[in-house]
Amino acid sequence: MIDLSTDYLGLKLKNPLVPSSSPLSKQLDTALRLEDAGAAALVLHSLYEEELIAEDAMADRFLLHAELHDGESAGFLPDHGHYEGALDRYLDHLRRLKARLSIPVIASLNGVTPSGWVDLGKELQEAGADALELNVYHVAADPSESGDAVEARYVALLAELKRTVSVPVVMKLPPFFSSLPHFVKRLEAVGADGVSLFNRFFQPDIDLQELEMVEQLQLSSPEEALLRIRWIAILRAHTRMTLAATGGVYGADEALKLLLAGADVVHLASALLEHGPGRLSQILNDMKTWMIEREYESVAQLKGSMCQANLRDASALARQSYIRVLDSFTPRPGVWR
Amino acid sequence: MTTYLNLDGNEAAARMAYLGSEVIAIYPITPSSNMGEWADEWAAQGKPNLWGVVPTIIEMQSEGGAAGALHGALTSGALATSFTASQGLLLFVPNLYKMAGELTPFVLHVAARALATHALSIFGDHSDVMACRATGCALLASNSVQEAQDMALIAQAATLAGRIPVIHFFDGFRTSHEVAKIVAVEPDTVRAMIDDHLVAAHRARALSPEHPVLRGTAQNPDVFFQSRERSNPYYDAFPDLVQQAMDRFGALTGRQYRLFDYVGAPDAERVIVVMGSAAETVEETVEHLCARGEKVGLLKLRLFRPFAGERLLAAIPASARAIAVLDRCKEPGADGEPLYKDVLTAFAEAAADGRRPMPRITGGRYGLASKEFTPGMVKAVFDELAADKPKRGFTVGIVDDITHLSLDWDAGFRSDASRALQHAVFWGLGADGTVSANKNSIKIVGESTALQAQGYFVYDSKKSGAVTVSHLRFGEAPIRSSYLVEEGMAGFVACHQTVFVERYDLLAHAAPGGVFLLNTPEPADAVWASLPAKMQAGIRERGLKLWVIDAYRVAQDAGMGRRINTIMQTCFFAISGILPHDEAVAAIKKAVDKTYGRKSKRLADLNHRAIEMTLANLHEAVVGEATGAAPIQLNAPEGLPDFVRDFTLPIYRGEGNRLPVSAMPVDGSFPTGTAKFEKRNIALEIPEWVSDLCTQCGKCVFVCPHSAIRARAFPADAVAEAPVTFKHVPAKSKDFPAGTRISYQVAPEDCTGCGDCVEACPIHDKSNVSRRAVNMIPLAPVREQERDNFDFFLQLPDFDRGLLKHGTIPGAMLLDPLFEFSGACAGCGETPYIRLATQLFGDRMLVANATGCSSIYGANLPSTPYTVNGAGRGPAWSNSLFEDNAEFGLGMRLAADQLMRYAQTLVKEMSDEIGADFATALVSADQRAETGIRAQRERVALLLQKLAGSRHARAQELASLAEWLIRRSVWIIGGDGWAYDIGYGGLDHVLALSYDVNILVLDTEVYSNTGGQTSKATPVGAVAKFSAGGKTTAKKDLARIASDYGHVYVATVAYGAKDVHTLRAFHEAESHDGPSLIVAYSPCIAHGVDMLYNQRQQEMAVKTGHWPLFRFDPRLADSGANPFKLDSAPPSQPIKAFMDSETRFAMLARSHPEAAERLAAAAQAEADQRYKAYQALAAAHADTPKSGA
Repeated sequence: MIDLSTDYLGLKLKNPLVPSSSPLSKQLDTALRLEDAGAAALVLHSLYEEELIAEDAMADRFLLHAELHDGESAGFLPDHGHYEGALDRYLDHLRRLKARLSIPVIASLNGVTPSGWVDLGKELQEAGADALELNVYHVAADPSESGDAVEARYVALLAELKRTVSVPVVMKLPPFFSSLPHFVKRLEAVGADGVSLFNRFFQPDIDLQELEMVEQLQLSSPEEALLRIRWIAILRAHTRMTLAATGGVYGADEALKLLLAGADVVHLASALLEHGPGRLSQILNDMKTWMIEREYESVAQLKGSMCQANLRDASALARQSYIRVLDSFTPRPGVWR
Repeated sequence: MTTYLNLDGNEAAARMAYLGSEVIAIYPITPSSNMGEWADEWAAQGKPNLWGVVPTIIEMQSEGGAAGALHGALTSGALATSFTASQGLLLFVPNLYKMAGELTPFVLHVAARALATHALSIFGDHSDVMACRATGCALLASNSVQEAQDMALIAQAATLAGRIPVIHFFDGFRTSHEVAKIVAVEPDTVRAMIDDHLVAAHRARALSPEHPVLRGTAQNPDVFFQSRERSNPYYDAFPDLVQQAMDRFGALTGRQYRLFDYVGAPDAERVIVVMGSAAETVEETVEHLCARGEKVGLLKLRLFRPFAGERLLAAIPASARAIAVLDRCKEPGADGEPLYKDVLTAFAEAAADGRRPMPRITGGRYGLASKEFTPGMVKAVFDELAADKPKRGFTVGIVDDITHLSLDWDAGFRSDASRALQHAVFWGLGADGTVSANKNSIKIVGESTALQAQGYFVYDSKKSGAVTVSHLRFGEAPIRSSYLVEEGMAGFVACHQTVFVERYDLLAHAAPGGVFLLNTPEPADAVWASLPAKMQAGIRERGLKLWVIDAYRVAQDAGMGRRINTIMQTCFFAISGILPHDEAVAAIKKAVDKTYGRKSKRLADLNHRAIEMTLANLHEAVVGEATGAAPIQLNAPEGLPDFVRDFTLPIYRGEGNRLPVSAMPVDGSFPTGTAKFEKRNIALEIPEWVSDLCTQCGKCVFVCPHSAIRARAFPADAVAEAPVTFKHVPAKSKDFPAGTRISYQVAPEDCTGCGDCVEACPIHDKSNVSRRAVNMIPLAPVREQERDNFDFFLQLPDFDRGLLKHGTIPGAMLLDPLFEFSGACAGCGETPYIRLATQLFGDRMLVANATGCSSIYGANLPSTPYTVNGAGRGPAWSNSLFEDNAEFGLGMRLAADQLMRYAQTLVKEMSDEIGADFATALVSADQRAETGIRAQRERVALLLQKLAGSRHARAQELASLAEWLIRRSVWIIGGDGWAYDIGYGGLDHVLALSYDVNILVLDTEVYSNTGGQTSKATPVGAVAKFSAGGKTTAKKDLARIASDYGHVYVATVAYGAKDVHTLRAFHEAESHDGPSLIVAYSPCIAHGVDMLYNQRQQEMAVKTGHWPLFRFDPRLADSGANPFKLDSAPPSQPIKAFMDSETRFAMLARSHPEAAERLAAAAQAEADQRYKAYQALAAAHADTPKSGA
């Protein structure tokens, strides 16, 4: 019998497959189906502080202070006092999931202000979250803010949150840090329980018809796993923190590679959105088959077995490999000749 | 323990009505709408009535419908009520006779309001309730907010006991909207007042198949009269029953009322008899005068019907020598108003019987449509009573220089009570939260101190940039002052908007030594120099302390955006000293938590921070020397018409109250085209035309809700004298004569800054896509320059309309709009349709306009946005009622057709004299298109010339009728509340006829003007008042229903989605010789979306299938083609995308998530089905009914 269990943020999971923050967790029904399909834990869709702010602005303008008019109308929409804010809805949903699921539920939070992170984090813990995933979803576009300042802000926020909550906290990071291992160590130093690699930003696109920027959700592709494999392999060598891989996992191949590189858990979203919960059980089965064929006994055994520290050629993960790949590229006939 | 409440009269009455009712049938009408809304809100919260059940709240299609439903519910055993006012009450009248005739106990709560006569008014007087005095209903008046609550309950108890239905009324706005601190009636009191045996008796009389009776018979001369007299004993008994209910209430609460309450000197010689809120002001004045030894008194009349003359006589001291009876209504042609005549009759009968001597009794009118009634006016009445021969039928509160009936009054008179109070006045904008902050302040003071508090809020009637003036009073004694804070009395005056400094006399209310608080970006040490000289002088003369805050900066810094209400409220408490500082701050914070509570802790935190930051940023400024700088600039152009100078401009300046009777037109007719004199300057940013980028497509002109961006073509030599910054470029189209130039010009002082033009502009700078052919720029630096440019633009010569392509957007948008600068909301989705109609047909338009937003922004004095072209022609406009607009417009058509036929008859009769060919041309002219109309105008001009020299006996008659030979374009315009609900019967009838009328339905899918109540145009899944859980049924497909007639031209349009389609539909509708219906999608701020996105929302509505576009043209059927053209592509996005973008839908997910999901699915199914049905209609061929079939 293969032992698929893994440790994640101090939580004992039955296997390393965890549906990540996605719309799939918005419905109790789909959450239950994911659990049935073998999900070891569930990360809720992100609670966006920006969304809370926008909703507040909407409520403030159109419900609470809709007075725009003459004496005939004090407002246009009925405010019957049972209007639920996005936070309440999220917390209710979290409580409902906790009551029905037996797997751990991890709340995901995207804050934009210090008080947002800390206050909301506290609320999520109180509502029963087994852990918090902090979704660092920030595009550092301000030229007056240095990379160090960006990092310092997150470090301070995390430190503050860790002082406030007792559940484990994982930071979900984008890949755009100039020295990721250094930053991850800083996070570890102030108490991070893990990092999740990597966040995927929605990429704005240009509508050539209207000449407007448009935002649309693009699902990840298996190639994206490669970026995660590299960085998890590098980080595994430097930290004992939990590492989660997120982005580009479509099948057992990517999942196994990430585990070999050193991930404790592997998140799934696009694959599930595209193929349904059955994909999760299929990946689990395929992983098992692969492990049986190679006589692995447990996930613990293979986890990190190919991290940077365990590679004969540690530089395989660093710059030279890039050069080698380029060198080996042979153009198609007729393209250059 | 006594519980205090801080609420307005509507809520106070509604609380009692709700507890005592099982069925509540309503229809919204100002100022009573809030009562129904409260009931709806409580029902939505599951609040039970006295018997532990949630009442059924039903919104009907009209007050007539509400009355019918009420009658049915009552006759079937339920306890039922309704709330209404004014025209709504008139629609109740037929049923009131019925219900009273059947001795049906119920209470109708009325926020008494003026009736529309020469004009509509939403304001308070007793015209409406007095029109019901013959219905057989009792009329019970409440004089204050406290009484609105107490009498509501007393009325309910009395009606159950006496079976006479009661109209319980209080003064619209003055009492319905005044916020006051009152003692709550506890549920136990309500329980004790409502006798369950009487309730059971009511139920026992219900129609029931178990013990059937028959009501509503037809009676004949043999018995009708006797039957009518049969109920006399009930009326005889009723006053005693009301008094008994008052006595029982007095015993329970300590508040003892009488049918006639007398106050004042026991040996009064002069007495005023009055009912309603004015009684409070009279009482305050009587106390003042009695304290000075004057023998005056007041009889407060509460029960007007049944009139208890003996009790009235008993209540007035025998010493009374002179009595003035004040009526808040007018009966033109009568020898006195109703209350006066009843009082007079009571005395006359007593005198005739020798029971008491006849005092001198006179009647007077006051307070029509919320005209102020002050202690000074009360004193004037008492002074008049002291005269040997007091005026009969006098008026007070106006200057009548025609019939000289008005009394002079001392505007400087102040009562002791007024002097004992603290007064505060706040100037704000409707949108800046000033009113809500002040309501909040009243609650805080009311709840945290023993002080009494009162708030009254004066709004102007603009829908964009509306000014609000809040009048607050605080004091130890009960506040009876039912009038605005008087000049020179406010110890605290706040101006929440810097721009008002130049525009209004803000210091008029300020008391000597008081505080003037100004929200200004100027720092405390620089603000003095920024003030106009007149204000500087005012501050110095009154010895005011000047405090300043930069509230918008504090709001920004605190993360509150542009929300300054909490900040200004904090300033008030910090400076005024009404509460101790720390207590005040704690109370504001508590109030903030209560408002935002769980809805948003974040907003609560932000407000807390703003409160702290306010205290740190509020400074007293140094009052310096008066600098004697230039006086306030008023933007009154030179060479104004007399009427504008003497009538319009004084009203704009807020001096309308000073206009005498002689300044008024006798019949409510006003010149059009006066909106352009207002120059409101409310935009912070205006569009700037980039002439070299512009392709002259006209879209910016098309979407402008205020006709503030214009386009004109003109010959090159017309700009010889142009200001240097005036922009003009060669016309791009080859259709124009060589050398033609074009200008797109903004009216800088009339633009509201909505930005819709920029959103509509399809042009992008190739190197910077954010730059378009129109872009918003700050107004201030260009205001004067653009004012000059716009003035120049207006005097450019008229371009020959015959040379413009009316069927294209670029061409049509060069036609001058004859509807401009209305008071509509910034970004209004309705007004572009109206403007378009005036551009195309304005010189021949007759407009019948249903009451609603379009009648308010279309004709709210002194602004008349409909205007005239260079030849002085333009739309002639009128509003009859809400419910009769289609019929009203039809009447216009009938008159036009009839008089045209008469004129044609005369032309034929005079054909020998004017020439046979000419006569034939005149009577058979083809005037379907504008060219034909132009030719006919020329013929008519020639006819008039010929007639001028004619001796024919009918020549003058024909001359007076000649204008009717020119075809008129009749437009029937209104909103969805009219077309889908209250006016649907008439609309349907007009559609069913074959007359040539054009019906434009401005469909906002909700009652916009009265504040967002559900209409039958409200789509499934939308939240609106009376559909708090989301509307569960689909929107009525009015266009489809109309097209079923076969002979009606029908189009559904949305200019933001397809402007040229809208243009085409207008042309087709107007040219169709029969009824035409255009249902126009009109985004509204009530949808809960920023009106900057007006066009985007229209586009989404069409793309998602929420608003498919079609045209049904019966003329096509005549030629064998399919008359139904589906003009929008199959939905390319789910309807959810549209629903998520508007708060009216999105909020349902917050309040009723399951319903939101279910109704979104229903909306999708409905949209799919509708589109499919339209596709089938569009695919069907040929064998559709012929037009006129």
